[in-house]
Amino acid sequence: MSANMIKNAAGRMVPDSINGQPAVPFKGVGKHRPEGRKYAPPIPSCIDYPDDGNKVVKSLKEALELCGLRDGMCISTHHHLRDGDMVSNMIFDLAHDKGIKDLVWLPSASFPVNDPLVSYLIDGTINRIEGSMNGPLGRAVSEGKMKGTAILRSHGGRVQAIQDGEVKIDIAVIACPSADMFGNATATEGPSACGVLGYAKADYMYADRVIVVTDNLVPVPCFPMLIEGNYVDFVVVVDKIGMPEKIVSGTTTITRSPDRLLIAELTAKFCEITGMLRDGCYMQAGAGGTSLAIGYYMHQILKAKGQACQLGFGGTTKYMVQMLEEGTMKHILDAQAFDLDAVASISRNANHHHYPVFNAYNFHSKGNLTSMMDIMILGATEVDLNYNGNVVTHSDGYLLHGIGGWQNCLHARNVILPVPLFRDRIPVIVDEVTTLVGPGEMIDVIITERGIAINPKRLDLLDAVKGSGLPLKTIEQLKAEADALCGIPKKPRYKDNVVAAIKWVDGTVIDSVRQLDI
Amino acid sequence: MSIRIAEAGNEGPKVRSDCKVIIELRDSGGLEINVKSKVKSLYGDDILKQLQELSDYFGLKNALVSIIDQGALPFVIAARFESVVKLLGISEREYLPAFLPQNKYSTRRDIFRFTRLYLPGNTPAMMLNAGLHGSNGIILDLEDSVAPAKKDEARLLIRNVLRCIDLFGAERMVRINQGERGLEDLKYVIPQNVNLVLVPKCESVEYLKQVDASIARCKAPEFKDHPVFLMPIIESALGVEMAFELAKATPNVVALAIGLEDFTADLGTKRTQEGTESLYARYRMVNACKAAGIQPIDSVYSDVDNMDGLRENVASSKALGFEGMGCIHPRQVPVIQECFAPDSDELDKAMKIVNAAIEGEKAGLGVVSLGSKMIDPPVVKRAERTINLAINLNIIDKNWRDNYVS
Repeated sequence: MSANMIKNAAGRMVPDSINGQPAVPFKGVGKHRPEGRKYAPPIPSCIDYPDDGNKVVKSLKEALELCGLRDGMCISTHHHLRDGDMVSNMIFDLAHDKGIKDLVWLPSASFPVNDPLVSYLIDGTINRIEGSMNGPLGRAVSEGKMKGTAILRSHGGRVQAIQDGEVKIDIAVIACPSADMFGNATATEGPSACGVLGYAKADYMYADRVIVVTDNLVPVPCFPMLIEGNYVDFVVVVDKIGMPEKIVSGTTTITRSPDRLLIAELTAKFCEITGMLRDGCYMQAGAGGTSLAIGYYMHQILKAKGQACQLGFGGTTKYMVQMLEEGTMKHILDAQAFDLDAVASISRNANHHHYPVFNAYNFHSKGNLTSMMDIMILGATEVDLNYNGNVVTHSDGYLLHGIGGWQNCLHARNVILPVPLFRDRIPVIVDEVTTLVGPGEMIDVIITERGIAINPKRLDLLDAVKGSGLPLKTIEQLKAEADALCGIPKKPRYKDNVVAAIKWVDGTVIDSVRQLDI
Repeated sequence: MSIRIAEAGNEGPKVRSDCKVIIELRDSGGLEINVKSKVKSLYGDDILKQLQELSDYFGLKNALVSIIDQGALPFVIAARFESVVKLLGISEREYLPAFLPQNKYSTRRDIFRFTRLYLPGNTPAMMLNAGLHGSNGIILDLEDSVAPAKKDEARLLIRNVLRCIDLFGAERMVRINQGERGLEDLKYVIPQNVNLVLVPKCESVEYLKQVDASIARCKAPEFKDHPVFLMPIIESALGVEMAFELAKATPNVVALAIGLEDFTADLGTKRTQEGTESLYARYRMVNACKAAGIQPIDSVYSDVDNMDGLRENVASSKALGFEGMGCIHPRQVPVIQECFAPDSDELDKAMKIVNAAIEGEKAGLGVVSLGSKMIDPPVVKRAERTINLAINLNIIDKNWRDNYVS
């Protein structure tokens, strides 16, 4: 079935079918509600599983064979081992050796460690990736080297798609730092400890078959159970699931760049002046160098005033742990541990809780944590004059990043994007985003080293900063400043075929990415 | 035989916002341009066009022009290109990019010079946003931060920075080289509306006079009424002994700075956190400056990660009478700024004194007293200075007496 391109509610051209399945174009924020009942995996029976609880099989190869691995299956993995993940590539190496084709890979994110999989995109072992496309994988997709059409979803969108049956996982392969023979698994212990396993929650609950892979088999019971053995088909013990030094992300130290520090300081001040940063507030910031610096400055402000935010959610870093331990943050809700200090803190601090994105970001949830957040600090590769944001492509049209939780986080009360005005020569503020990932109506503030632009619809914020001495500018002024320095970049040239579809949090298609004409 | 190939600029994995331009002259075959750029798909055409225009401007007809670009802005590309042209001896013409109107401001001798941010003179990435960090001055450095082989190209880069990059009102400073090269540097930078020249390793009144005279000759007609002040840097034992003479060398000297790294080396000792080895030099310099009515400026603090150490250093510097300090990282700026600003005790006291003086004058009293204590006129003067400082730094309102309760 060949796709027709239609214009969605955001004015973007999107295909009406993707990989042979019909697709719903974006209808506007809060306009789409999938109906019916949630998707459910096949009914298992305990009589098919060993009474002694020992589900250990001798290799991943055997486990995959027992799960009936064949052409066209959808395999899911999580990214808690980040760039130190040794399991995802192992799966596709085995599939490749068996001559299996057309697999769908559904990772919760990909990392440079997954770069070798490019060869399987080219030889057809993998038909497509539904998840994030980083670095060389994104490059290969943008150059049309992947057979199927990539689908990019937010972390919450991934859960939504699994729950409403838009995507069906045949085999979930879950790398676990510690597990017992029954398949109960946890993440704070073991040589590849990664803290939490929240991204795998939907996978183990909804997949047809579940394989737990560990390098640290412990006696029953493995507690706390982040993965419940009752959902697990097989347990595999390997030498190593991860490289601990690379489980720590590359960006978990505070930036030393004077310009980024300036942006961070401005952001913290902005939050203080507008009253968002106050005793009892809820906040979330990422793990990029600038975000960490913002956290540091906020910590200083709260400390000086003897205040504390009630909770911090998100990827956890040593800086959040410091806030927790020095009393400026009362609870950490941890979806993902970004560094080893965060991993260690989970066992040490009673108020450092495991909190899967499943509970924070999911469109099919009866409410979400993100909409409660007072302060949401996010990044972007581009923002346009209508405050629309792009996080997946660069201005040259290449897919280089995943959406992560970015779209989900836009639902917070105050969404702030601290970004440099230009990176090298490339302006961040553009007339129109290369790819639309987040609608401008959800983005409130852009903070650059050369000034702060507040979305005109946020009259309350405009009011709150009056007479504050903050460097306020319009987004048009900021763009003009960048253009005067950098010149206006040329737009990328595309071929007709769509190589990736960008989903909104509700499963509709908000934009598409076409193959580059290079 | 004349040179046939030359290059200027920087390349490498860590280089950002810069480029390397290589030109190889040929006897025939026209112009061939090779663009290798990190931003090629976005700006490749612009870069190609710029290189063609530059070649035309300098009359380059038969050559292979190559650029390895890491996202350099056009004024950087132009400076690098011109540097190669000069190395090859193709043309004596200067290629001057448009002068930003907001860069045409002047300065005054009595402005605060608490902070002045040093920028290495051949690193464009650090210059683009330098004016955003709120330092009183920005020093584009041609001296120690530039490798000997890169001195010529740094001149052209700094010349273009002074024209094209908004320094947001910071005093526009250049540190020239020593001796003859320093005098030569002036020809490139002075026409670009420089506000202040730092003269390194200064020991000679005669040299300062030469610098002053050269500056007068180099000024662009457009800026001929703008003063160009001098800040000699004392970096040797002889310099310290000459401090007062240097301070009085020309009316354009507005401050003396001390450079402790070189000074301690000259003494044959090492720089310590306590700074006892340079105590005499600093006393003497402060005294010379005060005697000459100019500002004494302290050395930089080189441990950029140690903000507490910096804070202590500024406090002792202020206690000695210094009125400013160099910064080698923008994050030092707010710390130094804050420490030189009057603290609340100083401000309370100054407000009391100034208020009493004004009340006394109203009452027609010849002397000022606070309670039973008489206040000498110099003390009042100092209190007024503190108040003015606080007003200028937005610590208190200029109409502070409206709500003042003594």
